[in-house]
Amino acid sequence: MEEITKPLTGLEKEEEYFINMGPQHPSTHGVLRLVVSLQGEIVKHLDPHLGYIHRGIEKMCEKDTYAQIIHLTDRLDYLSAHMNNEAICLIVEDVLEVEVPERVKYIRTIMAELQRLNSHQLWWACMGMDLGALTTFFYGLRDREHILDIFEETCGGRLLLSYNTPGGVMYDLHPNFQQKVKDFIKYFRKKLPEYDRLLTGNVIFQNRTKGIGILSKEDAINYGITGPSGRGSGFSCDIRKKYPYSAYPYVKFNEILREEGDSLSRYKVRIDEMWESMNIIEQLIDNIPEGPHTAKMKPVLKLPAGEYFQRVETSRGELGVYIISDGAKTPYRVKFRSPNMCNLSVLDHISRGAKIADLVAIGASFDFVIPDIDR
Amino acid sequence: MDNAKLKELVTGIVSEASFEESKQFLTVTVSPAQLHQLLKSLKERPDTSFDFLFCISGVDIQDKLMVVYHLESTAHGHKIVLKTGTENREKPEMESIVDLYKGAELHENEIFDLFGIVFNGHPNLRRMFMPDDWNGYPLRKDYVDEVNIIDLS
Repeated sequence: MEEITKPLTGLEKEEEYFINMGPQHPSTHGVLRLVVSLQGEIVKHLDPHLGYIHRGIEKMCEKDTYAQIIHLTDRLDYLSAHMNNEAICLIVEDVLEVEVPERVKYIRTIMAELQRLNSHQLWWACMGMDLGALTTFFYGLRDREHILDIFEETCGGRLLLSYNTPGGVMYDLHPNFQQKVKDFIKYFRKKLPEYDRLLTGNVIFQNRTKGIGILSKEDAINYGITGPSGRGSGFSCDIRKKYPYSAYPYVKFNEILREEGDSLSRYKVRIDEMWESMNIIEQLIDNIPEGPHTAKMKPVLKLPAGEYFQRVETSRGELGVYIISDGAKTPYRVKFRSPNMCNLSVLDHISRGAKIADLVAIGASFDFVIPDIDR
Repeated sequence: MDNAKLKELVTGIVSEASFEESKQFLTVTVSPAQLHQLLKSLKERPDTSFDFLFCISGVDIQDKLMVVYHLESTAHGHKIVLKTGTENREKPEMESIVDLYKGAELHENEIFDLFGIVFNGHPNLRRMFMPDDWNGYPLRKDYVDEVNIIDLS
């Protein structure tokens, strides 16, 4: 054996080694495997390995009717279930030139914003937890429960809603809906400042996120980073503003943009978006017009042959649905441009040179939902 | 820039392009050999500057394996769809665009995995969703899964 003459400093051998982060790792929030190549604790390179929850949704869609596809879209990004449903409905309605009742547009927008709030609450809860602040998890899930109860009463489901149908929504609103939403907004307006007091201003939290994982605007565009993560780098990509759909043309809200591009800025964009979501809901909740909750649709929906594309803003960014139809009742090809997949592609670029602990903070600030990446 | 001007410009860059206009997009179909050159000039010219590649899809239209690129310019707001296809199903090849759009890396991996199109110049082309030893390409229309036979029709 070689005799050690000098004291060890830990820097003797500079060799690269690999760590498999995942597929079961608490901070990946699902079955994502990152093969991280490290030098010491500095990340040199990382490679995402996917497919642990690949269900072949795009292939399944080729055998399903448009009404059935809606139920599969829930299973993409389950925290944006409502917006995913809406994307398919909007395509079908747009192509078949269905006049959607005003009431439906209002209901859809309110539901989508509630969904966004609920998603951001869960993200905030998990982000704190990933960085070691377990209390946030309880705060976030406590408040999220109120929204899930509202969903359950009207849609019947708490997580996977499948509330949208082509032409409208599945059922009319529950009589308690308006009052409960107003109560919730009143409640959450008091609770959201608590989030800031608990986590945003915390020194440890700031040290772990400020200046970590900086993404420039050019890179955000080049990699196709959308949603709060893209807006945290100053990339104006809000589909609700750019191509308004449903009731978004009727409401006033700000697109939150920040210039710093680090993990903290992505965090702050999401916190501010929660305020904006509440503003949008408040503008709509008292003005829901009376009328039917669905337009009259044919029992069998067939899209004429052609190619259609619909973009919606989910909680994590831009979801694009690309449908090629050959005129049959099932689509020829469906492609989901999932926001999480694009956001994941930048992870390697921005975590190079960061410490492995920072990788957790960066990952948390992107808010990945793995079933949306794998599809 | 409106669709008529875009058409003119694209014809100037590649001579053999066919056009199709729908309600949403102007679609340009070019051969795989010309795609990279066209994308490069569309991205780098200041009057087009298509910098945001928001969707890449593989499509199997029976006689051809297609790749569809949806592009948008964040500065000008105009959009264009580029299509390219190869008839070779045994060894379909195309040029990678990762050098222009870095976000394309994972998407090209996905298309390779599910359609079997090889992207030349891709830094790390590999199976992404399916296991490494998987036979066949599941999203092709003629794919038959002999192991897990679930007939959904």
